[in-house]
Amino acid sequence: MCVKHVPDTAATIRIGTDDCIDENITFIMNPYDENAVEEAVRLKKQTIDADVIAVTLGKGTAEATLRSAMAMGADRAILVKSKSSHDSISTARALCAAIQRDGDPDIVFTGKESVDNEGFQTMFHLAACLDVPVVSNAVKFAMTDTTIRVTCEMEAGDLEHIEMETPCVIGAGKDLNQPSYPKLPDILKARKKPLTEIELSDLGIATPASRVEMIKIESIKEERYPEIIDGTADEIADTIVHVLREKAKVLDG
Amino acid sequence: MKRVAVLIEMKDGKVKPACLGAISAAHDSDAELFALVFKGTAAASLETLQAHGIDRVIEITSQDGPIQWNADHWARAGIQALQYYNIKTLLGLASVQGKNLLSRIAALLEAPLVMDCTAVNLSEHTAVKSQFSGRAVAEFKTRGEYHLYGMRPNALSAVPSPGKAILEMFQAVLEKSKLRVLEVQQGLSDRVDLTEADIIISGGRGMENSDNFDILFECARPMSAAVGASRVAVDAGWVSHTMQVGQTGKTVSPKVYIACGISGSVQHFAGMKTAGIIMAINLDPDAAIMHKCDYAVCANLFDIIPALTRKLKEITG
Ligand SMILES: Cc1cc2nc3c(=O)[nH]c(=O)nc-3n(C[C@H](O)[C@H](O)[C@H](O)COP(=O)(O)OP(=O)(O)OC[C@H]3O[C@@H](n4cnc5c(N)ncnc54)[C@H](O)[C@@H]3O)c2cc1C
Repeated sequence: MCVKHVPDTAATIRIGTDDCIDENITFIMNPYDENAVEEAVRLKKQTIDADVIAVTLGKGTAEATLRSAMAMGADRAILVKSKSSHDSISTARALCAAIQRDGDPDIVFTGKESVDNEGFQTMFHLAACLDVPVVSNAVKFAMTDTTIRVTCEMEAGDLEHIEMETPCVIGAGKDLNQPSYPKLPDILKARKKPLTEIELSDLGIATPASRVEMIKIESIKEERYPEIIDGTADEIADTIVHVLREKAKVLDG
Repeated sequence: MKRVAVLIEMKDGKVKPACLGAISAAHDSDAELFALVFKGTAAASLETLQAHGIDRVIEITSQDGPIQWNADHWARAGIQALQYYNIKTLLGLASVQGKNLLSRIAALLEAPLVMDCTAVNLSEHTAVKSQFSGRAVAEFKTRGEYHLYGMRPNALSAVPSPGKAILEMFQAVLEKSKLRVLEVQQGLSDRVDLTEADIIISGGRGMENSDNFDILFECARPMSAAVGASRVAVDAGWVSHTMQVGQTGKTVSPKVYIACGISGSVQHFAGMKTAGIIMAINLDPDAAIMHKCDYAVCANLFDIIPALTRKLKEITG
């Protein structure tokens, strides 16, 4: 029997697990992370040997998000438990340690950003910790034996076609796929899928020298006092032009 | 003297106007201001940059000449320049390219980066940005050797500060990248990019279908506006997701935002509430947006937009 360590894993990471719509009311899965889960599961359907793992760093309640990932088709999940909040550097270190402890993934999918706070960065820090290439906002993905081709969306609809080797980190964009919503049997099945819990403190991660700290937060009052523009369509159009030209000073003419 | 660098982005051979706003964030720090430029664009940008307070323009090349676009290579070369000139503070734009490069630089240096800032204080190392989809505003402090900030495009306006800048070349030493850019396919270049537009005109459910969006594009052209959309218009397949404004779309700060047939949901506001002037055109006087804007037009957009287009064309000829 030949023993060779061959690529056989695809891991799914969800960063910023809990998308805070409102701190005290609802938590949902970060929208782009659904695209990440979907793509990993789709890849598994194509390549027989893949093991799709959902990984997250969060409080115990983050289990709900991991269960939904498993309902969408992930095989198992890892929850790195921590009560405190983390910036992207320490989140990436924690995810990296948990992933490496589990095995060496070939592809790590993440959402292109998390909509809660500073989520553009975690995947880049993670890639740096793992020392692998990374792309963000992937809208097309194809894999051959060893190479990966992704199309990423850039400014003004420009598309960038990129090739890289595995292992790598890919940030999923909205147009990558259409996430399928799990049916009841999948949801029930997900309850029985294995979920490993790790305490963050057990991972032995050194405190990073650099960090981003929130020092103040205030809610914003919406203070706009509408002025009503009325008249005929032509009069209204004239007033709008006047506002653009005189108030906003955005018209050249 | 302290040194601060600004990562410059170019468009159509010119410095992006939003970059000049980012430079102005560093004006009152009395640091020596560096501009980092790539791909043989220093000569073209020198005049604009020195007129806005830049002291030294560094054109980054490699042992093989100008570095073709490759985010990984550009980030690594940028880091070498920061290290060579002993620059610890880097500003850039929170544009698509800026996010890409700044995030890579921050990751490779394991440096703190605050993205999408609306204000920074470079001596205190603090930055202000909106949180929780624009419901709160937070102040962050970066701690570490390096301090990186991505400025929200248009959050600050350009402030002229005429001077003389020195032009220098910096040659980075690059290894083969694990990332290969095969091709960059141009999008529709006659359309203005949402995140950097001065004026955005957006359509929502009130647009009714995809074809009707043409009247917004027609209205946008004479005022060089970008066209945006609500999620309803995107989910209905009328326009592409790249045009979506809001919590799960783009965050924009234009000088003027004109919302047509958009009700003004919290999620939509998350993407445009920092606009200078918000104008709403809506049939329903009680739509949320009509109470949260600066100018409310209670009318049918299909009457107003064509009239506005005519007026704008008269002016711009
Ligand atoms: C997690 C989550 C994320 C979301 N993210 C986003 C996001 O990023 N961006 C976003 O936009 N939404 C987002 N939404 C959806 C959001 O909640 C609203 O459903 C959406 O913004 C409504 O779009 P709308 O204003 O176009 O449609 P509607 O709310 O249906 O409003 C249509 C408006 O058009 C007016 N109207 C109709 N005909 C005309 C006419 N002829 N002339 C003038 N006015 C007319 C009507 O009076 C009405 O006020 C999100 C929702 C969720 C749950």
